[in-house]
Amino acid sequence: MIEKNPMKEFLEKEEKDLESKKIETVGEVYVSDPKMCCRNVTVAYVDKVAINDVSIDVGNKEVLAMIGPSGCGKSTFLRCLNRMNDTIDTCKVEGSITLDGEDILDKSVDVVPLRAKVGMVFQKPNPFPKSIYDNVAYGPKLHGLAKNKDELDEIVINSLQKAGLYDEVKNRLNSSGTGLSGGQQQRLCIARTIAVNPEVILMDEPCSALDPIATAKVEALINELKENFSIVLVTHAMQQAARVSQRTAYFHLGDLVEVGETEKIFTAPSHRLTESYITGRFG
Amino acid sequence: MDKNLKKRSVAEKKFRFYGLLSVLIALSLLAILFISIIHEGTTAFIETKIKINADFDEKIILNSGRKNIETIQKADFNKITKKSLSNMFPSVSGRSNTKDLYSLVSSSTPFQLKKMVLKDPNLIGKKIDVWVLADDDIDMIVKGNSKRDIPEENRRVKNFKLSLLEKLEKDKRVDTFFNNTLFTKGDSRDPEQAGILGALLGSFFALIITLALAFPLGITTAIYLEKFAAKSNRFIEFIEVNINNLAAVPSIIFGLLGLSIFLNFFGMPRSIPVVGGLVLAVMTLPTIIIASRVAIKSVPPSIEEAALGLGASKTQAVLHHVVPNAMPGMLTGTIIGMARALGESAPLLMIGMVAFIVDIPEGFTDPATALPIQIYLWSDTPERGFVEKTAAGIIVLLVFLMIMNALAIYFRKKLEKKN
Repeated sequence: MIEKNPMKEFLEKEEKDLESKKIETVGEVYVSDPKMCCRNVTVAYVDKVAINDVSIDVGNKEVLAMIGPSGCGKSTFLRCLNRMNDTIDTCKVEGSITLDGEDILDKSVDVVPLRAKVGMVFQKPNPFPKSIYDNVAYGPKLHGLAKNKDELDEIVINSLQKAGLYDEVKNRLNSSGTGLSGGQQQRLCIARTIAVNPEVILMDEPCSALDPIATAKVEALINELKENFSIVLVTHAMQQAARVSQRTAYFHLGDLVEVGETEKIFTAPSHRLTESYITGRFG
Repeated sequence: MDKNLKKRSVAEKKFRFYGLLSVLIALSLLAILFISIIHEGTTAFIETKIKINADFDEKIILNSGRKNIETIQKADFNKITKKSLSNMFPSVSGRSNTKDLYSLVSSSTPFQLKKMVLKDPNLIGKKIDVWVLADDDIDMIVKGNSKRDIPEENRRVKNFKLSLLEKLEKDKRVDTFFNNTLFTKGDSRDPEQAGILGALLGSFFALIITLALAFPLGITTAIYLEKFAAKSNRFIEFIEVNINNLAAVPSIIFGLLGLSIFLNFFGMPRSIPVVGGLVLAVMTLPTIIIASRVAIKSVPPSIEEAALGLGASKTQAVLHHVVPNAMPGMLTGTIIGMARALGESAPLLMIGMVAFIVDIPEGFTDPATALPIQIYLWSDTPERGFVEKTAAGIIVLLVFLMIMNALAIYFRKKLEKKN
């Protein structure tokens, strides 16, 4: 089974080059109007460093795309932004991440309001096995956002409309959310997330389980949502990053290699590694 | 290639055949079991009664005392019974023949007559026809469980007694009725008076205690171990290993535990359903915990993650989403545990629920026995009449089990629909 794999060879060579040598981030790490600021964030599992000293800003009402090969730590980093990594016992996060100037990594910070402010959409559509209505209403009920049934109805309908799903499901709000198609399920999950009125939405490869048509719908939705929300999007598909994001960050084996305007990253990357990835030499 | 293909399809057919065969064997064994139990047991659901002409002789009852309840309580109704029977067969004489005559009816007859008089003292001095229970030997003959045409020396009912019975039958004074006694009475030494209600209620009370303790304890333990306990903790690992070991411990050991802890240490009374329920709960816990953990594990973690991502706390995510989705599986585990508890006799032997108890338990603290133990007790008695009672006890136990399972399935379906 020994096969010559040019990609593997390349990676091995790169790794040798990079050993014991931290990659300095190039490009524009900071923005003038940041929503979230991450400084020297290091994430480590028991014996493995998953994110190595990363600093990056998330701008207000922009879409920040994170790209990079599998296992480069982009999902791990995303999960730091609303402390979903807390659920993994062995995961240690160091450094500082602020949301509107407030440190969210501090142990005294309650994750419940934080996750209401920083919502998350997962890779695989994961609606609750409940009705469509209950799926969207769960978050507002949890946080007491609606005083009565009418207000709750309004939030649910509003969220479904924003997610572009309302017209498709308005006649069957009481049927199960798991009975929808994959793309509809993912938009239901987005509706569920925006129902709690977050400030930042984290999306972890939201289209990786969807077909091209559903993907196009979700991308159009992201484009609309950026008017109201800051969005951090992890994606495998470079074209997707190019289509929907304003800024792009390229991760490589736990290091943030390059950040910058999406156009610049895709047309004139400054770093050798970014260029190799963009041009498809590995990935 | 072709040869190989042929071989494969033959193997496939063989495998299917073996599968079908094993299913058929299992089914036929089950059928044999059911048929034999039902064949043995159906006659237990009818009872033979004899219509005697009760002679409520004033002299015997009042015995020159005053006509009040006390006198009636003290009255010799044995004599009344004997006199009534003698009246019906004036020609019977001699010690052994009159003994045969008196043993046609159940030994409960005097009590039945006394009850009637207590209820209506005006009966004193009158002669009326009363249906009374037949003795178990007569009962067996009438139902055909004992044969009439075998040689006399092999029969419990000898020729003379049989002739008395045949005379009664000719006078249409013998008939069979639905066996109320079986469902309204406790245990008895006489097969015709023995009922299963005491054991049924004993099992019922014990199982309620078991369910009330084992279900909440079991599922909360499972939830904690699966969702909240630190994964790599020596102490937790130790607990997990021990829960798994407990599930394999023979049930009699749990009986010993109940004996030494609940009875000897805490000084609780013997033979009561509370202790039985406690012991069965301890025995059922590991089963429920293991099944509930499997059910919780089978809920996709993405659902919990979604709830956490929306800002639910860990407890909310688990209680709102994981537990409801795991509930059908948890219920299944519970019902398996409860079914085992219902059929379990060994641990109850150790805490004294094996006693001969005639009174019907009225609550959790009245001495009682349990269905499987009642079956065991009856199967251990020599009278022919208890053979059918044993089978009837098994039928009642099986029906109890089926009702329990049906309820569990109903609740599970309801929960599944809700989700």
